[in-house]
Amino acid sequence: MATITAPASVVPEARKPFKWGNVGTVAVMVIIILWCLAPFYWMLVLAFRDNQSTFSTDIWFSHVTWSNFSYAFNTQYNDFGRSLLNSIIIGAVVTTLAMLFGVFSGYALARLVFRGKGFVLAAILGASMFPGVAILTPLFQLFSSWGWLGTYQALILPQISFALPLAVYTLTSFFADMPWDLEEAARVDGCTQGQAFRKVILPLAAPALFTTAILVFLQSWNEYLLSSVLSNGKATVAPSTVAIANFTAGPHIVPYTQTMAAGLVVTVPLVIVVLVFQRRIVSGLTAGGVKG
Amino acid sequence: MTLAGQVEEKVIENEGRNGRKRRRPRRTSINPGESRRAWTLIAPAILLLILIVGYPVIKAIYQSFLTDPGLDKSTGLFNQGNAWNGITNYTHWLGQRCAVAGGGTQSCPSGTLGSQFWGSAGVTLGITVVACTIETVIGMGFALMMNRAFRGRALVRVAILIPWAIPTAVTSKLWQVIFDPQGILNKILGTHFAWTSEQWPARSAIVIADVWKTTPFIALLILAGLQSIPEETYEAARIDGANAWRRFTSVTLPLVKPALAVAVIFRVLDTLRMYDLPAILTGGANGTTTSSILVVKQLTSGVNSASALSTITFVLIFAIALALVRLFNANIVGAQTGGKVK
Amino acid sequence: MRKKGIAPAVCLLSTVAVLAACGGNGGGSSNDAAKQGASARGPITFVTGKDNSGIMPYIADQWNKAHPNEKVTIKQQSDQADQQLSDLQQHFQAKDPGYDVVTVDVVWSAEFAAKGWIIPLEGQYALDTSQLLPATVKAATYNGKLFAAPYASDGGLLYYRTDLTKTPPTTWDDLIKQCQGKTTSGTITGPKPACYAGQFAKYEGLTVNAAEAINAAGGNIVGPDGVTPQVDSQQAATGLDFLVNGFKQGYIPKEALGFQETQSLNAFQAGQLMFMRNWPYADAILAGKDSKVASKFAIAPLPGPSGHGASSLGGHSLGISAYSKYKATDLDFLKFIESDDIQRNDLNQGTLAPVVTSLYSDATLVKKFPYLPTLLASIQTAVPRPVTPYYPGVTEAIETNAYAALQGQVSTKQALTSMQAAIKSATAG
Repeated sequence: MATITAPASVVPEARKPFKWGNVGTVAVMVIIILWCLAPFYWMLVLAFRDNQSTFSTDIWFSHVTWSNFSYAFNTQYNDFGRSLLNSIIIGAVVTTLAMLFGVFSGYALARLVFRGKGFVLAAILGASMFPGVAILTPLFQLFSSWGWLGTYQALILPQISFALPLAVYTLTSFFADMPWDLEEAARVDGCTQGQAFRKVILPLAAPALFTTAILVFLQSWNEYLLSSVLSNGKATVAPSTVAIANFTAGPHIVPYTQTMAAGLVVTVPLVIVVLVFQRRIVSGLTAGGVKG
Repeated sequence: MTLAGQVEEKVIENEGRNGRKRRRPRRTSINPGESRRAWTLIAPAILLLILIVGYPVIKAIYQSFLTDPGLDKSTGLFNQGNAWNGITNYTHWLGQRCAVAGGGTQSCPSGTLGSQFWGSAGVTLGITVVACTIETVIGMGFALMMNRAFRGRALVRVAILIPWAIPTAVTSKLWQVIFDPQGILNKILGTHFAWTSEQWPARSAIVIADVWKTTPFIALLILAGLQSIPEETYEAARIDGANAWRRFTSVTLPLVKPALAVAVIFRVLDTLRMYDLPAILTGGANGTTTSSILVVKQLTSGVNSASALSTITFVLIFAIALALVRLFNANIVGAQTGGKVK
Repeated sequence: MRKKGIAPAVCLLSTVAVLAACGGNGGGSSNDAAKQGASARGPITFVTGKDNSGIMPYIADQWNKAHPNEKVTIKQQSDQADQQLSDLQQHFQAKDPGYDVVTVDVVWSAEFAAKGWIIPLEGQYALDTSQLLPATVKAATYNGKLFAAPYASDGGLLYYRTDLTKTPPTTWDDLIKQCQGKTTSGTITGPKPACYAGQFAKYEGLTVNAAEAINAAGGNIVGPDGVTPQVDSQQAATGLDFLVNGFKQGYIPKEALGFQETQSLNAFQAGQLMFMRNWPYADAILAGKDSKVASKFAIAPLPGPSGHGASSLGGHSLGISAYSKYKATDLDFLKFIESDDIQRNDLNQGTLAPVVTSLYSDATLVKKFPYLPTLLASIQTAVPRPVTPYYPGVTEAIETNAYAALQGQVSTKQALTSMQAAIKSATAG
């Protein structure tokens, strides 16, 4: 669809002498980039297109308007600003809790020797394997009888079920690769194990902690199933994923272009995060499984 | 489980390393003080998980043996339900037995939620198999290409991370626009599919959207595996006269298999639980009701019955996960003949 | 290692089993609350869907002027029906006294009544319904008792293109014949408009459309008791066949399988349809500035197999929450909302169809809304959808099987047989 848009010049030329193999590689690179970005290009075009012209055949920007964005932030319809704030609140609390509990477990699992380590690892990973619906049904009823449906705590607590395991196993992998000899050295110099951890390991581990935090936050930001049910139709606490799924532009309009505008608002910050932290994110993603 | 294994192996390896350095054979002697410290550090996380995962799941299992509120015909009002119901909720879903007025059961007629159980399980499994296969094959291709030394790799990596990072809720909406009968896809292809309102197009739409979003992610995981293969291994194979295909099947594939296995198991589990993509894209219509969607639908018309359904779903996914772990584990062991088989 | 992996998980689960057993649901009988506040008066909250046309300020002003000590607060929910429903369910389950008068879709009232969430309007809460449209009263009646006060009604209408035909069809055959030569078969994207569309996506609207077709042909979804299915009949088959054949023969475009109200409206508005079934609200939008058919459409009763068809009844009623503290005030509010003045303003400002019969022949209103007599006929002959507390299951049964037939996956006969069995099963529990 958007073949014109990602010009081949974006892809730098191969530096080696000309080979047909390089041409093939460049071609595949272009295909991969198109594959990943073409739908987003279309989102961009529609976000700036007048709703009346949703089905216009123009591939390029046409019927350009800013009005779609006003629907997103107009409090009468969607109050999307509020849902973004909700996503940030939920994501921040979930990430903080998961990191707080995860860092100790990760350290113990990577560093200390104790009976039942296999048990703990299996239990924590088992917890992350649970399908969301398995805890959703009882939580729905429990929260319903506590009057918690449509509250922040109802949206935050269940997310710990996948955020904490993710934090623990990513951190465990990172910690396992840390230069523990330094800790030993610190202890020889008279530090306790706790001090050695705080003063030597923690600063070294800061990048790993940060990476883990990004991954946990992204996962929380993307959560939909639990939030859509447990927010129970309350727009004032619902995160942006729920808001976008229920997006309206008033009655009697199929709000395609307005939804794309809102989608763009969610997408742009994430693209920036990805651009800035791409190396970290990749290292975090591959730490858990691949390197071992 | 595989992950647990992997992480643990790595941890043990690490300990072994440290242990050797410190001349302390840690695996045989466990320091009780260290053990206690470890448990103190881990206890909060475990307790939290018991509270948030363990307790609800057990409660769901307990409730799945209770009745849902029923209508008292004389007053026209609902009773409280929650009476002991034995395994009726399970036979309802697994055996597709629906209640008949005046007692007894019959086979659930089409149009009841009960009759959709095996259908939705089949659809979920079908989408999983097709999507994961395509994702793995294409992802492998992408990874092999990216593994060749190339200046634009950073650019590709960013491009690849974007579909992964954007919430599925957003991409579902995006694909809904693209798949509209009057939308851009039909225009480009020159087709007139009502993508989201016919059975097979709707299922394909979900597979396409899922493949689009996650193939890059799989490619990334495989790439990391590829990069850990030393170049000398290929050189050796080349010297032995192996052609490209042979090198792929006898060097690349076996060595990348552990990474691949983790990626695939991850993806399979994720796809089996799939909810947001079909819920938003098709609303579960046209034979795209996944098991998770069915649970959510049942939630409002009987929580105890929904508990039975979610328990069944969970057990099925758990069983598939275990089966996959066994399958891949066997292969991994087989590939590393004489290696570090325990 | 692998074996070790499972055992601990199981072990972990059994530890918490003890916890779970204690956490059983201890809900009490919900009917005790109904006795509360029988004659008490005070400020109340009126819960309603999102007010997109701005009629609520008028209601609040008028009421508060007359009742300075029992002021009403308007609480607006989302504009999506399923979210309104879950919001109400949630507040009722929590026995929230903060919801006094609630807006109830006609198809929810039986469930709310059976769960004891809204009180029967009898005895000291009796409501005079003689001025109201009988169909709307019937739809709010469960188990022989009125449970909610009709507030706004709704009925299906046929929108047609006056530039393509001068005389709207009265029968289905007529409709199909009029389309010949003037329409493109099977799609809305052809050079000419498609012939006919209603709401055929798999959602509540399909139940409405399928029920209309079945009722028009003399069939019934359920018997006079409102619950026992009677849909496995020859008449029902004739009715459903009108829609099934539409997709087969092309007088209904296949895009319509994804149509909800808005999509069908948009297609008609863009000139892509010659005939459309929709609710009265569409009139104002089709006449609006964004419409390509603004001066080229008119409204007629729905066609049927031999003469005019039958509409499904839509609309909303108001119920008094069993947990409300000021039920006497609630009842006054219900009477107030049925008053001539409020009903008139709802129509003028919000194009809501009144439930007061006399307004349909009011000269000023008819001048402003020429479709009123047609709508009255539509509502008077309208058939309520099944009145049952198991409505979610019943509508699922209708939707699923009708949809399968429209898609050509099963024959009409098979679809109706399954529909019959599924309704029976859904209402058995």
